[in-house]
Amino acid sequence: MTQFGAILSHGAHVPMLRLQRATIAAATAWTRPPARGAVHGTRAICNWDEDALTMAVEASRTCLAGAAAAGTAAGVAEVDAIAFCSTTAPFADRDAAVLASAALNLPESVDTQNLGASLRAGTGALISALHRTDGARTLVIASDARLTLTGSPQEMSYGDGASAFLVGPADDTALATVLATRRIGSDFVDHYRMRNHDFDYALEERWVRDESLLQLVPQTTAALLAAAGCRPGDVRHFAVPAGAATAKRIAQACDCEEARRDERVLAECGDAGAALPLLLLEAALEAAVPGELILAVGIGQGVDALLLRAEAGVRASGGRLGRTLGRRRDEPSYVRYLSHRGLLRVDFGMRAERDQRTAQSVAFRKRDAITGFKGGRCSRCGTVQFPPARVCVNPECRATDTQAPYRLAESSGRVKTFTEDWQAYTARPPYVYGNIEFAEGGNLLMEVTDIAAGELQVDDAVRFVFRIKDDDRARGFRRYFWKATKP
Amino acid sequence: MASGIKDKVVILGMGCSRFGERWSSGPDDLMLEAFGEALADAGIERDRIEAAWLGVFFDEQSTGKSPLPMSMALRLPNVPMTRVENLCATGTEALRGAVYAVAAGACDIALAMGVEKLKDTGFSGLPERTKGTFEDLYLPGSTAPGAFAQLASAYAARHGYSMPELKRAMAHISCKSHENATRNPKAHLRNRITEQQVLDAPAIAYPLGVLDCCGVSDGAACAIVTTPAIARSLGRRDLVSIQALQLAPSNGVEMGHQSWDGTHTLTTPIAAARAYAEAGIRDPRGEIDLIEVHDCFSITELVLMEDLGFSDLGKAPHDVMAGRYDRDGAIPCQIDGGLKCFGHPIGATGLRMAYEIYLQLLGRAGDRQLRGRSGRGPSIGLTHNLGGIPNRNVASVSILGLLAA
Repeated sequence: MTQFGAILSHGAHVPMLRLQRATIAAATAWTRPPARGAVHGTRAICNWDEDALTMAVEASRTCLAGAAAAGTAAGVAEVDAIAFCSTTAPFADRDAAVLASAALNLPESVDTQNLGASLRAGTGALISALHRTDGARTLVIASDARLTLTGSPQEMSYGDGASAFLVGPADDTALATVLATRRIGSDFVDHYRMRNHDFDYALEERWVRDESLLQLVPQTTAALLAAAGCRPGDVRHFAVPAGAATAKRIAQACDCEEARRDERVLAECGDAGAALPLLLLEAALEAAVPGELILAVGIGQGVDALLLRAEAGVRASGGRLGRTLGRRRDEPSYVRYLSHRGLLRVDFGMRAERDQRTAQSVAFRKRDAITGFKGGRCSRCGTVQFPPARVCVNPECRATDTQAPYRLAESSGRVKTFTEDWQAYTARPPYVYGNIEFAEGGNLLMEVTDIAAGELQVDDAVRFVFRIKDDDRARGFRRYFWKATKP
Repeated sequence: MASGIKDKVVILGMGCSRFGERWSSGPDDLMLEAFGEALADAGIERDRIEAAWLGVFFDEQSTGKSPLPMSMALRLPNVPMTRVENLCATGTEALRGAVYAVAAGACDIALAMGVEKLKDTGFSGLPERTKGTFEDLYLPGSTAPGAFAQLASAYAARHGYSMPELKRAMAHISCKSHENATRNPKAHLRNRITEQQVLDAPAIAYPLGVLDCCGVSDGAACAIVTTPAIARSLGRRDLVSIQALQLAPSNGVEMGHQSWDGTHTLTTPIAAARAYAEAGIRDPRGEIDLIEVHDCFSITELVLMEDLGFSDLGKAPHDVMAGRYDRDGAIPCQIDGGLKCFGHPIGATGLRMAYEIYLQLLGRAGDRQLRGRSGRGPSIGLTHNLGGIPNRNVASVSILGLLAA
């Protein structure tokens, strides 16, 4: 057992916007014969300024803050490697792990990897990280925001979300230790999406269930349990990425139908692709008491399986999934959802034509401020300021070259002034922005996100999130910055 | 201590085009319209002008860079010429250039021209533009109304007004300017409106509605300036002199430091104090007869009444509602309709304000002529620009007065 690393922390991010499946059904009912029954639940959808990368950063912040609180890692600097796993990374060729690492304020020496092209990317990276024997701590992030075709079954079942795990040598704060892992590859094409295609092409569910899921998963878990010297009946939590009915059939086939499975993720967030198995594992860890066995599975042209034992650390790490699931806002407009995903062209007026070209030399020169949200703190007067400048902004100080980098991302702020601008271009009017005063002092005019008209007041408290700043449609580039949002 | 600009330079002639949506006129037409009036007023030949300054803000929308568009439109004889830009204080900046040149003795007669052709943008409101290659990476893509609207949310919170209370005072400001503009044939918006219409107008940027916003206008205004001695030698008796021309730009405090509370403009009181000192004004409320301030939005005018020292801190809504700044009030504000109704062709605005003060001081303001404190007409007027947004701006305060004989 001791050759494996342990799970040291975890963190989930599910976007605040939720589309009722009934809303989808109502909008697309005309494409199908009359429905037999009501549809239930919601799917999480990215706001216009969220994507797989921003969700990954947010899940990672929760994960690393949890680790810091537990005393596992004194600071984020104690991450040695990052694996970013997604089938929907925003760039085909720009290192998402490096960008996430910079947003998380990790050193440039962090070992970065990007994995994708399979829904097992996240579980695969988790297994690889758990097998590292060099003592390194790895942040494994799985995040997906898959487009779905209007009227498709995937539109109902998919959702957007991200999950992050910190993995490293076991210590007394560990949440779970690993008993065995197993990976099996099988080119079973239950669904696929070719490069340059927007949507998944999914085959008949019954065929997938009978010929793959009910065969390959039990074979893999049986071998896994045997290797660990455990019996199926010992499994208390079964994190398997499949719909409720199929999951139950799989559990029966694995002889562990007594094991619990969390239904919140699929009911409220939906199938979050590569992130789904990790989100389900988070739910299992939060439900487990020390000593209980957890069986976690990833599925996608094969099966990944992990057998874990909950450790004492789970007592202090609960509630994270519930918090992100509970921070929700109903999206009543199916049309707006389509617009956010680029599936419907909307006339936003000529202001939307503004050139969003990024001067890359400036972006690189200012990367610590823009990606790392680092301001400056004057060593002479203590004033915190953004952006950092050669000369201190404090009118009583104005000292030159006295500022040390000061990260503001984890700070909090107060709304000093605000407006709801119906004239400025945003993909989700009104454009809400205002002067935000940081808790340490300093002021910045910032966009406020995940907000609607009438919700913001002067003196409201805000925290900061990493989001899409602008899309440059002319050149196919996306830039990111930090925004304020209500806690 | 510098002696300042007071009474060293006088206005020999001024001109101002009709402001508005001048669909059939280009920048050259607008400049010629203002220039023709100024030249006739000055009573000199075009070639007596020895140097010129052109103010244009959105050059990329209309004239392009450099002063050449003016040099070519007016066919001036290759005199020294510079294009200036200082946000919404651009017109005042052009005037400053011309006035300083005359005061320095570098030339005897100089021209200051401001022009803006906004209505080729293709949509209503101001053109979209970059805020800078670094700034675009972190600043919201704000609009002018959105930037100024925030004054209202912060002002209401700090001074304990409910938003409906504050909105009513803001509505009074807009109605007053519309009422004044009915007497101004060159104004862009000359219709009367009611406070209820302002309150019911479509939202632009909370809490501003469309009738809280100034006109987006085409127009030009210009001034020909010289020394008092030369003006007298040309037979001019009543002279309007420049008593103060002051600027105060932000240095980043509003944008980056917590000391600014977001309820007012930090730079205006600084520029005003310098201007009052330069002009020798000790009691602005008692000495200044009329004011033209940068009422790009109703809330801007409201907070400026405090920033310029005309209302006590937190009391501007009361003074506005009491009519202090109305046509028949103690300190008439925007007697020509202001940015709100005369219109706001950015490069021309500062000179348009000076044009109105000039007309009023000389008793040439027609239907809107004020009687002043003495009943014999006003003798001192103030103009104010706030270029940029409350977070970072250039404030200018100018004082014009009748030169003692």
